[in-house]
Amino acid sequence: MLADKDRIFTNVYGFQPWNLDAAVMRGDWDNTKALLQLGPDTIIDRIKASGLRGRGGAGFPTGTKWSFMPKAPKPDRPNFLVINADESEPGSCKDREIIRHDPHKLIEGALVAGFAMRARAAYIYIRGEYIREAETLFAAIAEAYAKGLLGKNACGSGYDFDVFAHRGAGAYICGEETAMLESLEGKKGQPRLKPPFPAGAGLYGCPTTVNNVESIAVVPTILRRSPEWFASFGAENNRGTKLFQISGHVNRPCVVEEAMSIPFRELIEKHCGGIRGGWDNLLCVIPGGSSVPLVKAEHIIDAPMDFDGLKAVGSGLGTAAVIVMDKSTDVVRAISRLSYFYKHESCGQCTPCREGTGWMWRVMERLRTGDADISEIDMLQQVTKQVEGHTICALGDAAAWPIQGLIKNFRPEIERRINEKRGGGMSPMMEAAE
Amino acid sequence: MADAPNIPDEAEVRARWGNFAWNSANAEKAREIVARYPEGRQQSCTIPFLDLAQRQVGAETHTQGWLPVPVIEFVARELGLPYMRVYEVATFYTMFNLAPVGRYHVQVCGTTPCMLRGSDDVFAACKNRGLVKGKTTPDGLFTLTEVECMGNCASAPMVQINDDNYEDLDYDRMTVILEALGKGETPKPGTQEPGRHTVEPVGEPTNLVAMMTDNHDYRPEWGTAS
Repeated sequence: MLADKDRIFTNVYGFQPWNLDAAVMRGDWDNTKALLQLGPDTIIDRIKASGLRGRGGAGFPTGTKWSFMPKAPKPDRPNFLVINADESEPGSCKDREIIRHDPHKLIEGALVAGFAMRARAAYIYIRGEYIREAETLFAAIAEAYAKGLLGKNACGSGYDFDVFAHRGAGAYICGEETAMLESLEGKKGQPRLKPPFPAGAGLYGCPTTVNNVESIAVVPTILRRSPEWFASFGAENNRGTKLFQISGHVNRPCVVEEAMSIPFRELIEKHCGGIRGGWDNLLCVIPGGSSVPLVKAEHIIDAPMDFDGLKAVGSGLGTAAVIVMDKSTDVVRAISRLSYFYKHESCGQCTPCREGTGWMWRVMERLRTGDADISEIDMLQQVTKQVEGHTICALGDAAAWPIQGLIKNFRPEIERRINEKRGGGMSPMMEAAE
Repeated sequence: MADAPNIPDEAEVRARWGNFAWNSANAEKAREIVARYPEGRQQSCTIPFLDLAQRQVGAETHTQGWLPVPVIEFVARELGLPYMRVYEVATFYTMFNLAPVGRYHVQVCGTTPCMLRGSDDVFAACKNRGLVKGKTTPDGLFTLTEVECMGNCASAPMVQINDDNYEDLDYDRMTVILEALGKGETPKPGTQEPGRHTVEPVGEPTNLVAMMTDNHDYRPEWGTAS
């Protein structure tokens, strides 16, 4: 198990105050000037060496992403850092804990990361529903300005850097990076076509990098403790520590920082008091937030919780939002409810997604009640394939994958419901030959 | 559509809200908001302005607030934008109410992580108190909405009522909250689980035990081998 001294987010449970004085006592803003004096290229190299992969779901190497930014931004086209705090993926609840309990880790990270990518300012896009969390974030930023840690000559480094918080107003799609930029510009959050990629033309047409809250908040600690320290956790290509968010049918749901690649069983046993009703009662797990396919109990139990380990069992780490379902779960309803979520959250821009998410949800509801024909299972599978990969952003894919995972793993259950509804649940009674 | 908002009569709304303008406190806040964005990019203020306007309407009507058309027009004028650019934003984002809501906007999360932990019981408690999805109670106290994942999954099920979250709910706890609000009291926000602070594993702390009692600095331990 990860030792407490190796946890980055030591105040993740909020037992201690979030404010600047308390954060400084925990080690934040400790000679940040020295970190900046490493220089942008050294910071990027060290983040690359640490093996940090983006914590927002896609898992793109963070240092490499930063290196795409122009090295010499023009005065009329400054670089921007946008921090994605639009945490809306069902199952995900880690950024909220960082922002309301350890906001200074994020703000210091914004300065260091922004400096490394030669950005003029960072915008933290926080989802609108995080009302109290945003209040904390605004207050924490004000504290940092008051102490000269941000703004002109930030931390006495000679570098001018601003951090602004921007509240959304309730749209899952704004977690998609280009939709987030649209929303920041004051428009409907509808994703842009790529290319151009944000590193070329992002916020206000300027070079922009969008990073997840957790990816940014771990940066100062990595630089202070060395990339080798961070890379000492987790399997090859899956380095570091990670906030896992375990919800659903475990005895004690929680958010916990653990080493990457921790086996699923160990994670649940150590921190969550096991599965409700014991391990034999485990039905399946959605290991990375609603957008990744579910994994059946026998495949997940010994799987390492990291990008590659979960890919190997046909799913993904996503945001490490682990949704556990025991055998009392109506699994068809659980997935159908996710289909409703995607129907609700489709931005309506691309036809396959706008029409497809609603269609898939309606069919899923009929499969839930068994009010369907066996052939419709294959038809649904085909339609998910026609939505997947045919939309501007990944919401279409995200809507398709849970359904594909359900059909792959629980087809007999769906068929059982249909047969039962038709009264054909039992084999026909044998008639005696007279 | 059955779930389309019931927008009030336009003449009435114009009579009530036609002269909408920032109150002095919000005028100051609006200036702060404009300062966050580069010159010429005031369109970025659309969402913060709509939120501020909805809150002002809420304060004036003792509800969570909503966005009457003249108020949206006011925001568009303030930002020098065509009405349509602001209206389309108001309709795109779910937190903007296009019709009046009650004193308390009860937003119960119904997405799968909350569903697995018993959001059905939370809805049942609402129903038992006379709340109907998409409707305001006759006394004007509660409006019930089913919302999508609110990011409180490790303390599910949850409800957001105006600005506060109530987590780790069940039928009885939700009933207590609604009763308290009905009596004009303010229940304690956050988790309703006895003995739980926020999202830690309740009962048996498994990590960061030192942090529970003092603001522990782990840096002196960094150098030692694990």
